Amino acid sequence: MFKKIINKIIEGFIKTSGWVSSIIVLLIIIFLFKEASGLFNKTPLEEGYMLVVNKKNPIDKLNPDQLKNIFDRDSTSWKTLGGMNADIEIFTVEDISTFYNDSMIGENMSNLPWCINDHISKTENVISYFPEKYLPKNFEGKILHLDKISVYQFLKNKIWLPSARPVSQVGAMPLIISTLLVSLVAILIALPIGLAAAIYLAEVADSRIRTILKPVIELLAGIPSVVYGFFGLVIIVPFVQKIFNLPVGETGLTGSIILAIMALPTIITVAEDALRSVPKAMKEASLALGATHWQTIYKVMIPYASSGITAAAILGIGRAIGETMVALMVTGNANNFTFSLLKPIRTIPATIAAELGEASYGGLHFKALFALGCILFLITLMINVYVEYLSGKKQTK
Amino acid sequence: MNKRLSQKIFFTLFRLISLMIVIVLFSILGFIIFNGAKSISWHFLTQMPTDGMTKGGIFPAIVGTLILVLGSMIFAFPVGVAAAIYMNEYVKEGPVKRFMRLMTSNLAGVPSIVFGLFGMALFVNQLHFGDSIIAGSLTLGLLALPVVIRTTEEALKQVDDSFRLASIGLGATKLQTIGKVTLPIAFPNIITGLILSIGRVSGETAPILFTVAAYFLPKLPHSIFDQVMALPYHLYVIATSGTNITESRPIAYGTALVLISIVLICNITASVIRNVLGKRNK
Repeated sequence: MFKKIINKIIEGFIKTSGWVSSIIVLLIIIFLFKEASGLFNKTPLEEGYMLVVNKKNPIDKLNPDQLKNIFDRDSTSWKTLGGMNADIEIFTVEDISTFYNDSMIGENMSNLPWCINDHISKTENVISYFPEKYLPKNFEGKILHLDKISVYQFLKNKIWLPSARPVSQVGAMPLIISTLLVSLVAILIALPIGLAAAIYLAEVADSRIRTILKPVIELLAGIPSVVYGFFGLVIIVPFVQKIFNLPVGETGLTGSIILAIMALPTIITVAEDALRSVPKAMKEASLALGATHWQTIYKVMIPYASSGITAAAILGIGRAIGETMVALMVTGNANNFTFSLLKPIRTIPATIAAELGEASYGGLHFKALFALGCILFLITLMINVYVEYLSGKKQTK
Repeated sequence: MNKRLSQKIFFTLFRLISLMIVIVLFSILGFIIFNGAKSISWHFLTQMPTDGMTKGGIFPAIVGTLILVLGSMIFAFPVGVAAAIYMNEYVKEGPVKRFMRLMTSNLAGVPSIVFGLFGMALFVNQLHFGDSIIAGSLTLGLLALPVVIRTTEEALKQVDDSFRLASIGLGATKLQTIGKVTLPIAFPNIITGLILSIGRVSGETAPILFTVAAYFLPKLPHSIFDQVMALPYHLYVIATSGTNITESRPIAYGTALVLISIVLICNITASVIRNVLGKRNK
């Protein structure tokens, strides 16, 4: 009886565990998207702050880009923004003592709301932001409302400065471009090398060499990414700096080189399996027709194994896209929007790793990083599903 | 003649490229071993870091990594083996099994930083574990899970069906067959998978960044809700953002060597088990 219960428990454990991968993938989706979706419920204005202008100012709406230019003092006239012909005057709570003396502000700043109201209603060309708690009763200015961040804006905007004040800039575009660029170049380096090694392993090498080469490739896959990053930092970074005569060696190219080494084991293993799955009859038919071994390889075997080789390349890209530590350590972590490989850049995983620690829990920055995580997750998910589809196609062939 | 020549040229090229890969591996290993060996001493392995991590040892990081590996395996090994048993012994070929496989490979493809985000959202914040050994271990365990599932499934697949049929034929139940026949035969291969996932887990940095890793914590943890230092994170910190990067270089090399040694030992042990087993099965 007792044994029966134990058996039931064990079988129950086995059956539940069978679904554990599916459950975890589902949980990842739920938690990532739950945090990320909060981003699109917020305006980019710093939380708890108001953005106001004078009542006579004809402008009702400003987008985050325009606001950034205003507060960076890149836009200095209302006219360029379609408003009146006057310079923009920025007014914040810190400036209050230049306009009002201590007795007017009052003890413990009790009169501050009045001062704010007074200054804004008197100055036509003013734009101001201040904490909501200082909002005067009977406010005589105009409160500007910002649109909520949209998914489209998030993907399209070219500036990533989530901690900018008073208006955050959350544009994922430069990060997405950098990530894809670094990964693609890594695969362009790794694919020919990996394919050559796979052909060598599958067709040319004798079994003695295979027994040496196989563990070497496994070891290459086993070296922790942080060690690759360290190696890159000490060896490849100065190397790249010297060769291209750059001010800094931490560039996209440096990242690509290391990522290429790291992607090699995946590419070699998958491509070798694909080459081995070519039916013997096909190979021998080609040889019997007088083709050389090499002709057979590139005219018969490679075309037959092409879906497997594609899978190898795509899986390699997937590995490179998600790689965090190498990107964090050797690509320079600069917030650049660039297509150049010889400049410091920053990838999505590196951004998450570098910034999550300093982002306050639940804030806009925090949620923006989770949104980046979602992008990363979706890219790798698509890659995996596509590779499964490729291998499924191969089986039915 | 011409086509023979081109074959020769290409095959030589492939041989050289393969040789180059071997050289790359050995230069990375050699670089770490050569530079790290100077730092390794009993003192280095057993002392706390001092002087802003420019002197002293890496003892708390070694202990931290061992605890995290142990913790992640306590979770991932039983669950992963059970999942593989279910997928290989219970479910019939068909859409359900294909779906489970797809999900396992999806999980294996999730970038480690996403595991870090997820671990932070679920374990650290939602379940209020805080930055702790338990949050870090569970996050690493999730990451190791698909590795354990895959290797166990491979191991179970290699068990000849005649063993199962014989056992069932003798009147054993399914569970008895799994426990007394299938698992013992597959056991060495399962252990190989376990060792390889230990190697993988011990080097992971991104998942522990926000779930457990401490920048500098020169004492040992008292409970599973404490933070710990860990070797990969320690290497990252002293290589990039320590108080004095040039002075702590020897420590960085030493840490990298210890980390690589763990991975090497795991890989070598795994291939020894595999080879011994391969011979025995012949």
